[in-house]
Amino acid sequence: MLLHVHNVSKSFGGLQALNDVSFELPEGQILGLIGPNGAGKTTLFNVINCVYPPTTGRVTFRGADVTGKKPYDVSRMGMARTHQIVRPLSELTVRENVMVGACYGSHGHRLREAAQIADEVLAFIGLGERADQLAGSLNVAQKKRLELARALAARPQLLLLDEVLAGLNPSEVGAMVETIQHIRETGVTIIMIEHLMHALMKLADYVLVLEFGELIASGTPEEVTSNPAVIEAYLGDPKLAEGLMDSA
Amino acid sequence: MKDQQQSSVALPLPAGRAAYALGVWRNPGLWLVLAVVGLVGAYPIITNQAATREAIFTTLLSIALASSLNILLGYTGYVSFGHVVFFGLGGYLGMYLLNSGVGLPVAVLAGGMIAGLLAFLLGSAILRLRGAYFALATIGINEAMRTFISNFGPFGGPTGISLNFAVYKPYGGAAQALWLTYYSLLSLTLVAIVLSFQVKHSKFGLGLRAIREDEDAAEVMGVITPRAKTWAYVLSAIIPGMAGVLFFFKNGNIEPLDAFRLHFSIELLVMVMLGGQGTVLGPVLGAAGYQQLRGFLLTNPTFKDYQLVLAGALLLLIVLFIPAGAIGWLRARFPRLRRVLP
Ligand SMILES: Nc1ncnc2c1ncn2[C@@H]1O[C@H](COP(=O)(O)OP(=O)(O)OP(=O)(O)O)[C@@H](O)[C@H]1O
Ligand SMILES: [Mg+2]
Repeated sequence: MLLHVHNVSKSFGGLQALNDVSFELPEGQILGLIGPNGAGKTTLFNVINCVYPPTTGRVTFRGADVTGKKPYDVSRMGMARTHQIVRPLSELTVRENVMVGACYGSHGHRLREAAQIADEVLAFIGLGERADQLAGSLNVAQKKRLELARALAARPQLLLLDEVLAGLNPSEVGAMVETIQHIRETGVTIIMIEHLMHALMKLADYVLVLEFGELIASGTPEEVTSNPAVIEAYLGDPKLAEGLMDSA
Repeated sequence: MKDQQQSSVALPLPAGRAAYALGVWRNPGLWLVLAVVGLVGAYPIITNQAATREAIFTTLLSIALASSLNILLGYTGYVSFGHVVFFGLGGYLGMYLLNSGVGLPVAVLAGGMIAGLLAFLLGSAILRLRGAYFALATIGINEAMRTFISNFGPFGGPTGISLNFAVYKPYGGAAQALWLTYYSLLSLTLVAIVLSFQVKHSKFGLGLRAIREDEDAAEVMGVITPRAKTWAYVLSAIIPGMAGVLFFFKNGNIEPLDAFRLHFSIELLVMVMLGGQGTVLGPVLGAAGYQQLRGFLLTNPTFKDYQLVLAGALLLLIVLFIPAGAIGWLRARFPRLRRVLP
């Protein structure tokens, strides 16, 4: 198992954001993570990549207990992520942003190698033309791609994607889905948080459903979308319910 | 597709990437800065004028200190209001050692080491603080150090240390020693510029700049932020510590109010901001420009008493109108200049 989440709970003051979440992730899979707004999806990512320690429970990555470690520790072990709310290093160029990923990711490349990797990744991600521009000058869709490029340049074994499709138009979604498929073919294991079920249907091998911090269902995308508990959870969220229906 | 890219090495590199393939010593911008500072620094030596030497000494000192501060302020994004503490502490240890019969080179090295050591010890404690809290902590440290030294017997307490006149003897007397200090400071300033450039164009520097832009994102990308920040702090402290020894050696005496002048710290900030934080050339230009202006005001009877006001007003104007400083403004306005204005 590449990743093992054992009975993880996380509370912020009185708010229970995650409640006794457990799952295992074998290598090579794409795991989808869905759930209504505020269900705790991003918080689960934050616990997995050690932004927060869990209140109780443990996380094991590549066989090592990483509970209580720092994000830079797991980054070096081969875990990379994108942020739901983009965090470009605005006053650095697009290339430099990606170089940070290559320099401080799993391989710890030197600057010169990192520059080459950055250009390769940017070409792959479709930002090659923008390499010399300041990251702050990109539009939101491009910043999302930059998030992904930075994560890829780290050459991760596990990639956490937090809503990389949100805010993209249909053709951009199509292109991004294809990109993610390519990434999987290179052997990277992926967990992706996504509201667009039709995209997840194409990509995910397995889906977990979170609601109020608890795992309420899991299974193949087909199983999950026809699960009554899941449909119920989404009824409070018309937009999401629509997404579920579209895919069914 | 991958193979194709790999076999296309014969194609010219994109301009922005070429910089990384070149290696820092072949960057024209660095040589330009070194040449200008070197020439200006050599002027009093060639013309053998002690008066110009004094003026340029102050400018060189400012360039060395501002360039060092820039590693923390400009590259890492941490505002240190109390950077003069390293200058003062280095100066004190240097003076103490000189009076005990240690040679100038060793005293200068010791001054740099004690400053670096202090930064290292403080770093892990106060670099956890962000923004204004860090800035306030640096002021506190400077004030605490001044109070401590004022009560520290071996360093002369409130009266400080005066150099025994005999200390100048091995250097051919006081007049000759002044020249020696000048050569040393000129060299140290050039080293400070090279260090500033090397840090900015290194992998370490890339990590620092990532911290400046978004410390949490940098951490997620794998930058070991506590370690990187501590080393940035140490690197920004060493040269001020060394320069402190040279300055007070030339001065002949050191006392707490001189060594830990908060006002000097703020002037350094103004210099870095004026020229452009985060650039190599910025602090050099800012320091030179600020000293020019100050020299003019000092000799002008109307403005003589208002230099403090000037520093404050200048800082305000910069923050309001050109937060990137002169060089930062030029680089943003004319992206082509980025390669020659490091
Ligand atoms: N740092 C924090 N401090 C306090 N509360 C937090 C923090 N981070 C998240 N929360 C709370 O935890 C709950 C879960 O938030 P989280 O961001 O994980 O939801 P999500 O499933 O990602 O939602 P969305 O689909 O809107 O992105 C929310 O109620 C949120 O307000
Ligand atoms: Mg979220």
